[in-house]
Amino acid sequence: MLQLHIFGKIVYMDHILVAKNVTKTYGDYTALSNISLQIPKNCIYGLLGPNGAGKTSFIRIINQITYQDAGELWLNGEPLAPKHIASIGYLPEERGLYKSMKVGEQALYLAQLKGLSKAEAKTRLAYWFDRLNIGDWWDKKIQELSKGMAQKIQFIVTVLHEPKLLIFDEPFSGFDPINANIIKDEILRLKENGTSIIFSTHRMESVEELCEYIALIHKSEKILDGKLSDIKRAYKNNIFNVGVHMEKDADVFIKSLEEKFNILSSQIDPVERQLNFKVQLPSAHTGEILAALSKVSNINRFEETIPSANDIFIQTVNSKDNGK
Amino acid sequence: MASKLGLIIKREYLAKVRNRSFIVMTILSPILIVGMIVLIAFLTKINDDETRVITVLNESTFYQDAFKPSKNISFLQFKNLTVEQAKDSTNALEYYGLLHIPEGATVEEVSKSTFLFTKDNPNTSVTKELENVFQNRLRQERLQKLGVTPEQFSSVEKPFEINLSTFDGERSIRGVNEIKAIIGGSFGYAIMMFIIIYGGFVMRSVIEEKTSRIIEVIISSVKPFQLMLGKIIGNSLAGVTQFSIWIVSASALLFVAVLIFGIDLSALSDNSAMPPNAMGGMSEMGGMDGKMLMYAKEIYGIPWGLLIVSFFIYFVLGYLIYSSIYAAIGAAVDNETDTQQFIFPIILPLMLAIYVGFFSVFSNPHGPIAVGFSLFPLTSPIVMLMRLPGGIGEGGVPLWQFIVSVLLLAVTFLGIVSLAAKIYRTGILMYGKKPTYKELFKWLRYK
Repeated sequence: MLQLHIFGKIVYMDHILVAKNVTKTYGDYTALSNISLQIPKNCIYGLLGPNGAGKTSFIRIINQITYQDAGELWLNGEPLAPKHIASIGYLPEERGLYKSMKVGEQALYLAQLKGLSKAEAKTRLAYWFDRLNIGDWWDKKIQELSKGMAQKIQFIVTVLHEPKLLIFDEPFSGFDPINANIIKDEILRLKENGTSIIFSTHRMESVEELCEYIALIHKSEKILDGKLSDIKRAYKNNIFNVGVHMEKDADVFIKSLEEKFNILSSQIDPVERQLNFKVQLPSAHTGEILAALSKVSNINRFEETIPSANDIFIQTVNSKDNGK
Repeated sequence: MASKLGLIIKREYLAKVRNRSFIVMTILSPILIVGMIVLIAFLTKINDDETRVITVLNESTFYQDAFKPSKNISFLQFKNLTVEQAKDSTNALEYYGLLHIPEGATVEEVSKSTFLFTKDNPNTSVTKELENVFQNRLRQERLQKLGVTPEQFSSVEKPFEINLSTFDGERSIRGVNEIKAIIGGSFGYAIMMFIIIYGGFVMRSVIEEKTSRIIEVIISSVKPFQLMLGKIIGNSLAGVTQFSIWIVSASALLFVAVLIFGIDLSALSDNSAMPPNAMGGMSEMGGMDGKMLMYAKEIYGIPWGLLIVSFFIYFVLGYLIYSSIYAAIGAAVDNETDTQQFIFPIILPLMLAIYVGFFSVFSNPHGPIAVGFSLFPLTSPIVMLMRLPGGIGEGGVPLWQFIVSVLLLAVTFLGIVSLAAKIYRTGILMYGKKPTYKELFKWLRYK
């Protein structure tokens, strides 16, 4: 027991956030059931799941906006406590600003609430306003800004106090592609500088390029988590897309292949003299089929299909639902 | 943590006092109120200044010197005219009316056949005044028949006032209870107005944070309770600022208005909507200059220190209770139109307190209803303040009642604020739902 405890502590030190059996209910409704997560330091961690899965409930518990009914959380090796609020930056999905306040005084106010001194906040705001090319907005009122412009202010306010842990809930909603890219680059740069980032979204496609780790949450339960590349490796099913160039008898050749291999689909292009097919191998071992192919043709394409996060998600959810 | 609360208070305060409609209201309200007072005083004065002329055609031998000009009526004697001629000339000269006293043998007979002719239905105060003249004369006449001389009659007519004293032997005077109640009542009334106006501010400010979606950003930095508290304090400071400006500028304006227009404000007090017994006390007061000193002494004797300290206690606790309920309502709804169903139950005890105060405490400051409502925590801030000018202890509010009332209020304060904070905490994160009471009750149990 003691050992486990010590072991636990060692693990927690490597992680910015550790959650153990976190459960949250609202009356009869269960928002989170027994969620355990380990979020490593200095990475981008994707918290994925459809709307209503419980992502926001979990994030609110990290931010100590609400409290778990059961379970424990550690931030940076310490049990989560009110003082940690200053080391977390949170960009909520439902976000806005005081409409009648000026940009500058509002940013100063929010920065001071996070514990920055007024002078420090001013210096940092000047830097960020300059960085995002919005230096001349200081005296504008929020109601004069477009939605995208206001989002930039919100982003700055979230990162201004240089938190160790940044939490973005659907950060790109409301941004046009150009500004979304600017923000994405800023998020990556923050990660380079040592910040740990939780990135919550229901749009799986935005995950692939940013997240190293993911957790899938579905109907208040965690159904999968780990390193994205590991998960993908675990979920790949040895399906390969193959393209070969054949002068003739492609149809005979594919028939002969079908006897030995599990060909999922095939298609012959007579003009280009090209045979394309999809094959599922019994293992990751490719020697046998490559040998069979190289005897008769020029291979111009041989590629393993890697499942997308979306595929993995759907597959996991389905198997989970069917398993029950 | 304390500095965060300070930041919130400061922001809420500045956001409120910089608000354009707040500034307009601050400037405009005293002007409107003083304007209204001046207008009413002016109209009252015009009304009072109108002296009605009544022509008198007296064909009898009685009532020769009976009609003396008064504040409202002056009399003009007609001689040697027929009734028709008198009517025509009264009408032609646009006088108010003609009083025709026909010939007759006795006062009784003459009086019975006397007529007052007017263009329209006559004013009651005019008929009253005339009737008094006749009635006095008739009474004298009837008494005379019973053998009472006019001298005896007038000596009988001397007014009588009962001697008043407290058990301690101090001379007490009539009207003082009413004055005390009015002083306490104005404190209570101020509390009610403050709660209704500035509780509404708190509520709107909460709704604004919800609709602008900034709420979650803020409460990821501060505790919801801190935000709620900061909001209540910030808005009430703005309220105190506005109230002070109103009182100072309204008094200054009123002073200027009185100087410029020469309005007699005491004329207003006769017509104000005070309960009848209080009015009686007040008007009596005006007539007895010799007793003014005693009144001054009594007012001076009101325990002002106690009153101000308890005003402060009841104001702070009462305002915090109500404004935290307002904050919870603001958190529960998405827009102001949904607040109606929740606001009415808040206003109800306040209205009740004021009405109970005016109708029950004024007449019997220590009766069972007054005691009950001054202990019940949702009405005690108003009702107890109406009772307190009588002091605490003998002749005033028993000490135990005062202590119980404050304790109950304090306990209620703790209870309501923590319940309101729970509703607030859950409500601010709920969007797009119109909550029911059942739902609010469920929120109380969330962790």
